[in-house]
Amino acid sequence: MTFAVVVFPGSNCDHDAYYAAKHVLGQEARFVWHKETSLGGADVVVLPGGFSHGDYLRTGAIARFSPIMHAVKEFAAAGGPVLGVCNGFQIMLECGLLPGAMLRNRDVKFHCEFVHVRVERTDTPFTTLCAQGQVLRLPIAHGEGNYYAPPDVAATLEAQGRVIFRYSTAAGEVTDAANPNGSLNSIAGICSERRNVVGLMPHPERACETAVGSGDGLVLFESAVKTLSRQGSLQAVAR
Amino acid sequence: MKARVFVTLKPSVFDPQGHTIVEALHSLGYGDVADVRQGKFFEIDLRVPTSAAAEKLAAEVADRVLANPVIESFRIELAPNGSQTTTHQGGRNA
Repeated sequence: MTFAVVVFPGSNCDHDAYYAAKHVLGQEARFVWHKETSLGGADVVVLPGGFSHGDYLRTGAIARFSPIMHAVKEFAAAGGPVLGVCNGFQIMLECGLLPGAMLRNRDVKFHCEFVHVRVERTDTPFTTLCAQGQVLRLPIAHGEGNYYAPPDVAATLEAQGRVIFRYSTAAGEVTDAANPNGSLNSIAGICSERRNVVGLMPHPERACETAVGSGDGLVLFESAVKTLSRQGSLQAVAR
Repeated sequence: MKARVFVTLKPSVFDPQGHTIVEALHSLGYGDVADVRQGKFFEIDLRVPTSAAAEKLAAEVADRVLANPVIESFRIELAPNGSQTTTHQGGRNA
């Protein structure tokens, strides 16, 4: 199974995602420079965290015009699993892969800390190995993670079960105090209508080994591997 | 020809920076400042011959790049050859 990690100028979690896939999970992984136009037959695509193009205008506003984004959109449209982490999530919002937008954190501070998120749905390629309601301890590092969507869009996301992660207490309670940035409905991550595109602000790739403070993020990558091997065997049966 | 683009959060969208600033102003004793909304201001030099072309180009750039239509709207002022200004209101879903 091959993970493609897209590298934008200013990406800084690309190596963490590569390390998680290749060295923790033992899968194939490769970097794909944003100027490239092909994902080279990858099975999973990761848009990593960082500060693409410096984020000077808006987070992710320039990265969405990168040549590789055509291939990423085609891959997503064909049902391929795409994970956007932090800046990768922001790029997904800017390019329309996912709905909504990011505002400055409500307290206008950059938050770099461990938080808890509750897994709301297990029917995405990145959460199949989670338990419903499972609480993950993951780090966040962002200044613009205050998720916003217009009321009709937010209602649709909730009605379609597309909120995948919510900020919560360690016990899994969704409270205002546990919401680090003011996100609407404590939203930490959402998915596309087809559920194959998942974006979240916390960093699962930075939490794949207990040596770095938490191994809770690995389940997202393990889920992708499991989902794809299952799909692969289904396709083999169909043939 | 110069165009000025003002990008602001839509009225329905909470502005954390503006909120922080108005609180700071209150703490400085400016209790009569009711609200502050912070936005962005771009001054753009355009190599086009007519104000119509300038307005079209500035609007395209603002809509496609400078503003995020999900949360922001924009307003364009043209300043052809000096001080005279015209105003263009724009923004998808504005």
